Amino acid sequence: MKVQSAMFYFPEEVIEHIFSFLTHHPDRNTVSTVCKAWYKIERLSRREVFVGNCYAIRPDRAAARFPGLRSLTLKGKPHFADFDLVPPDWGGLAGPWIEAMARSCPNLEELRMKRMVVSDESLELLAHAFPNFKALVLVSCEGFSTDGLAAVARSCKSLRELDLQENEIEDRGPRWLNSFPDMCTSLVSLNFACLKGEVNLKSLERLVCRSPNLKCLRLNRAVPVETLAKIMNQCPNLEDLGTGSLLADQFSEAYVSLISALQKCKKLRCLSGFWDASPLCLLAVYPICANLTGLNLSYAPTVQGQDFINLIQHCVKLLRLWVLDSVGDKGLAVVASACKELQELRVFPSDLFAAGPATVTEEGLVAISTGCPKLNSLLYFCHSMTNSALITVSKNCPNFTRFRLCILEPRKPDPATNEPLDEGFGAVVKTCKNLRRFSISGLLTDQVFYYIGKYAKALEMLSIAFAGDTDQGMTYVLNGCKNLRKLEIRDCPFGDGALLADVTKYETMRSLWMSSCDISLRGCKALATKMPSLNVEIINEWEAEMEENLNNGVAEVISNNNNKHINNGNDERKVEKLYVYRTVGGPRTDAPDFVWTL
Amino acid sequence: MSPPLVEHNYMGPSGALSTEASSPDLRQTELRLGLPGSESPERKQLTLELLPPSAKGKRGFSELKKDGGPSGDNLGSQGKEDKANKGKLEEKKPTGAAPAAKAQVVGWPPIRSYRKNTMAITPSKNKEDAAEAKQGASCLYVKVSMDGAPYLRKVDLQTYKNYRDLSTALEKMFSGFTSGGSAHVGPTDLINGSKFVLTYEDKDGDWMLVGDVPWEMFAESCRRLRIMKGSDAIGLAPRGEKSKIRN
Repeated sequence: MKVQSAMFYFPEEVIEHIFSFLTHHPDRNTVSTVCKAWYKIERLSRREVFVGNCYAIRPDRAAARFPGLRSLTLKGKPHFADFDLVPPDWGGLAGPWIEAMARSCPNLEELRMKRMVVSDESLELLAHAFPNFKALVLVSCEGFSTDGLAAVARSCKSLRELDLQENEIEDRGPRWLNSFPDMCTSLVSLNFACLKGEVNLKSLERLVCRSPNLKCLRLNRAVPVETLAKIMNQCPNLEDLGTGSLLADQFSEAYVSLISALQKCKKLRCLSGFWDASPLCLLAVYPICANLTGLNLSYAPTVQGQDFINLIQHCVKLLRLWVLDSVGDKGLAVVASACKELQELRVFPSDLFAAGPATVTEEGLVAISTGCPKLNSLLYFCHSMTNSALITVSKNCPNFTRFRLCILEPRKPDPATNEPLDEGFGAVVKTCKNLRRFSISGLLTDQVFYYIGKYAKALEMLSIAFAGDTDQGMTYVLNGCKNLRKLEIRDCPFGDGALLADVTKYETMRSLWMSSCDISLRGCKALATKMPSLNVEIINEWEAEMEENLNNGVAEVISNNNNKHINNGNDERKVEKLYVYRTVGGPRTDAPDFVWTL
Repeated sequence: MSPPLVEHNYMGPSGALSTEASSPDLRQTELRLGLPGSESPERKQLTLELLPPSAKGKRGFSELKKDGGPSGDNLGSQGKEDKANKGKLEEKKPTGAAPAAKAQVVGWPPIRSYRKNTMAITPSKNKEDAAEAKQGASCLYVKVSMDGAPYLRKVDLQTYKNYRDLSTALEKMFSGFTSGGSAHVGPTDLINGSKFVLTYEDKDGDWMLVGDVPWEMFAESCRRLRIMKGSDAIGLAPRGEKSKIRN
């Protein structure tokens, strides 16, 4: 009996049906490589595509491969662009993608983009090209204004989700909210918290009134308590709320109606906003704290001290908490005692300008780890950290999948012993077998990288700054971390030796970023020569030399033979910023003149 | 005597201001910001150095840190020296995206620009001292005009704690313009004296006599100052009335 070719006798519809249970895109990528038949079935039935680097593939090719595409997720600029390390106009343009989708995938329903540059024209095109468009999610994007939002609101007849997270949006006035047509009643999720300007409150109220399915609503700072109360009275089924400005007088009507409105929202699970929150308004929140699973106070410096403690002690079901370090170790101790289910904690620095008294220390972190053993995701900014604290933390919480610790002063040693923090971070990688994302800081030698290479087998993303002694450090990581996808390094003494230690490794990764390290043009050229499947891009401001070449266009810059400046013989020049990524799309055609592809 | 127009760079690095006065006469009208009553040895008139001469713009902060200097919160209890530092601190706040104090390193600490920019407009408030916190939120430069003077000056109201300090400062600033130039105009003359009356324009646009309300209230509502000639001050408080100044 021929069992081994049984699959070939299945009709395509059956295989397609089997594939429909594969939602995880790496799995779908894998099945598509089995054979031509499966490749074809898979690509025609694929509904969701994730492109982690928008330059890894040309938009047209992606659209052609997946004509049935309904949902597209794109990421543009390198992660360090969040911290101003990538010059403006670097790229990450959404336009070509939206145009390609408009041509080939008219059934597009969802578009999620992160760190991309989106223009109003592109949003306009989006609004008209996709009749079934349902969800637009933009995270850390820029290049558009409220006019673009108006276009989307106006023309997307079945818009369900408009989610704007931490974007830089040019505010051209509050009229965009009016653009939602009167017959638009399909909104489920609306987040405009990052808009800086005024909002037409009446329009907002009317919009909410005609959106019975609204589950998530995040307002911006311009929305006062009066409006918030009215809105909440309209949607008692709200699950996720971002408040506007939480300032109200004690006996004002606004305050009283806020209290009663909040009490009606029995399904509220997630709260954020808290702009300018007064202690009084916090009191109004207490009754719903017991059911909260998510709480974001990271934009609320007014919520600290006893106010914070009073609030957080009720939040017994909390899973995710984002706070400022002004809550202090004391506040974190209360979190540890109250929030036993906590899985994710982020502690942001509250004051970047003055070096005030230390607000959270290793004590707070140890307390959290003791009280919240389910913690698996951490982002912690602090002034100092000790090895013993890190060792304790990793013993208490072996389940970390994301661990990011930022000690504010670069290269700071363990203050108790004056030693590097190699052992502390080493303990984390040894104990946390599922660690996927890791960011380290403080004084660190090559030893920490030895540990990472040896133990962090599940690691996918590593961020390093001001660490290491020699090339060996980076080499440990490249050799040891089998699942590494993204490596970003700044201000470390790694040079050409490290860069070229294992060049084929970069083909297994999404990208490598190195800035302010010790690599030279010669090393980068060598990498480019050995690995044609990679784009090796350097960002340099060698101004004087670039003057001549400015008008010559990108094509000549890319071509090694013609470029005077890349090939003027001085290959020993240090490369300030290097971005290497695998791609099937060839060199970028939209690179600005300060980006050179070798 | 018409002093040349000299552009003062208030926000720039230190040192520039003190070199710009070219003649002794001009020094009296030269804007040098200083703390009233502060112990600096060269002080004869009001000077508030933007920064210690040795420090560059941003490094002023690391000096603050070493001294265990003030944050925005606990100013009320600190002395004048710290208030000077605070003045420097707050000068920097409006620039918003200035990098972290200690490390002048681009992109460090790794915080998203969106968050940095948003938090820069959200100064941390100290509940116990709301007034202090409000002052801490921004500089409060107001124009000061004096009848008969060829040009106006600007003062930062937050560098003064009471009316007396303000009056002293203004008197010194404008002493070159009083008729009979060398006459010494006493510190309280601007408020009590016969020659001049100090008035201010408040938030509602009304011209008010300086001195009626508590200092904090005044500082908050004052939009500009005008030193009126006594002869113009018809309808304001009669000359002989006792001062109602509250500090």
